[in-house]
Amino acid sequence: MAGKPGIRLTGFALLLMVLAAGSSAQGGVQAKKGEARRVESSPRGQILALSCTSCHGTDGKSVGIIPSISGRSADYLETALKAFKSGARYSTVMSRHAKGYSDSELRLIAEYFGTVSHNNK
Amino acid sequence: MSHKLTRRDFNKLLLTGVAGSAFSLFGTSNTAFASSKRVVVIGGGFGGAAAAKYLRKLDPSISVTLVEPKAVFYTCPLSNWVLGGLKTMEDIAHTYTVLKNKYKVNVIADVVTDVDVTRSTVKLKGGQTLGYDRLIVSPGIDFKWDSVTGYSESVANSKMPHAYQAGPQTILLHKQLQAMRDGGKVLICPPGNPFRCPPGPYERASLIAGYLKEQKPKSKIIILDPKEKFSKQALFKKGWERLYPGMIEWRSGAMGGKVTKVDAATMSVTTEFGVENADVINFIPAQKAGKIAFDAGLTDATGWCPVNPVSFESTIHPGIHVIGDSSIAGAMPKSGFAASSQGKVAAAAIVRLFQGKVPAAPSLVNTCYSLLARNYGISVAGVYKLTVEGIVEIKEAGGLTPLDADDDQLKEEALFALGWYKNISMDTWG
Repeated sequence: MAGKPGIRLTGFALLLMVLAAGSSAQGGVQAKKGEARRVESSPRGQILALSCTSCHGTDGKSVGIIPSISGRSADYLETALKAFKSGARYSTVMSRHAKGYSDSELRLIAEYFGTVSHNNK
Repeated sequence: MSHKLTRRDFNKLLLTGVAGSAFSLFGTSNTAFASSKRVVVIGGGFGGAAAAKYLRKLDPSISVTLVEPKAVFYTCPLSNWVLGGLKTMEDIAHTYTVLKNKYKVNVIADVVTDVDVTRSTVKLKGGQTLGYDRLIVSPGIDFKWDSVTGYSESVANSKMPHAYQAGPQTILLHKQLQAMRDGGKVLICPPGNPFRCPPGPYERASLIAGYLKEQKPKSKIIILDPKEKFSKQALFKKGWERLYPGMIEWRSGAMGGKVTKVDAATMSVTTEFGVENADVINFIPAQKAGKIAFDAGLTDATGWCPVNPVSFESTIHPGIHVIGDSSIAGAMPKSGFAASSQGKVAAAAIVRLFQGKVPAAPSLVNTCYSLLARNYGISVAGVYKLTVEGIVEIKEAGGLTPLDADDDQLKEEALFALGWYKNISMDTWG
């Protein structure tokens, strides 16, 4: 262990990663409505969406007063998230969160939960 | 021994811009497809339990062992509600039954006594030795007992509870408040930065005031704070004026808030301005990373653990991830929410690393609700991204409950505070 460099995280490499993550945003979900097979969401969509479950519950299934995300379509969720971001839809805290993401990131989050709902059908 | 990086070194390194492939970030030994996928998680709080659950959820081929000495885990979030009489200890108790039965996490009720970074093993007090391919360390905080004269673990356990690790400490402080006379004085002494749950001591003052207002209205709370400002300050101060006029006094460091000595025998504390006696003294000591993080050599000169912000892998010992309060997570506060968020990011990163893939750029969030009264909630939110300077808060996002929020909004935030607690508890232990 002693000879091993503790860190190899460089600014350049880090930027590469962030850029790579951004471009993988094009992936998304290919499944059409009603398709029976299991669909995969992008790793970037997954990592973004895992943040949501702390308030909205695992897989978006809420047990309390906070609305469930589960069962909603990707399109519905994308519209809702963009409305929170613009302030068109009233919220206590959602607009403060939605403003932290680009429109394509909001789409990825919406697709992730759309996919989870699809796979849980 | 490995070179220990300070935060400044770390930033410098990030900014140097030395070319290298993204794969080299995680070390050559770790990027090949792993045939053995064993993860040991130390600590079953918000960070460790979420990491264990999500490792199993995201990749069932990973075997996960969680080592946590307590069979029942009491959360710090909502423990102030217990002090205020709004919740019971039972309401904040969680077990590992679902992690064991549903997610097939191997939960061992024991204490890790040694981490051997060369052999990649951890030793347990009960005698067992566990091998790991990746280790997650999530031990929470430990206290700097000697930060003021006269304080110690035994003083905390008998006369002046910190109640900053929920459980027996919460019960002790609650009992003291219940036994106090009407017209009594409560001192709350928060630590300097950085510390766990920055709004915690002020929510505590609010909910204790709520209890006293109903049961012992002649009583008073004084907050002796070494700091000059605190989390959600304007919102708390406005709430205190509205809900508990004249009951809560906050003294900043410059106004005699800095405690230099405590005396359990006379139930008093000494500040630069003199001696303050009280009926109940809630002294919250300065903090550092959990003990096992020190024992494993994961801490730097700050007393906390430097990590790679992509995966929360230690920058001192590759293969070991440090999450939660013990980690240095840039702009993120030390909170249960942040720990859970980091646990999931580390879990997703480990899944990718075992597959020989680069982890996705992380996205981290935090929301801290504070309750001032049953129907009066406030919050602070943050969304964090990775830049060359590490984890930074996105300026356009996050922020506080508006200072001019009306009663309906404050009530809604109070309801969401409980809704959040239910869901994060389920997302972590359920």
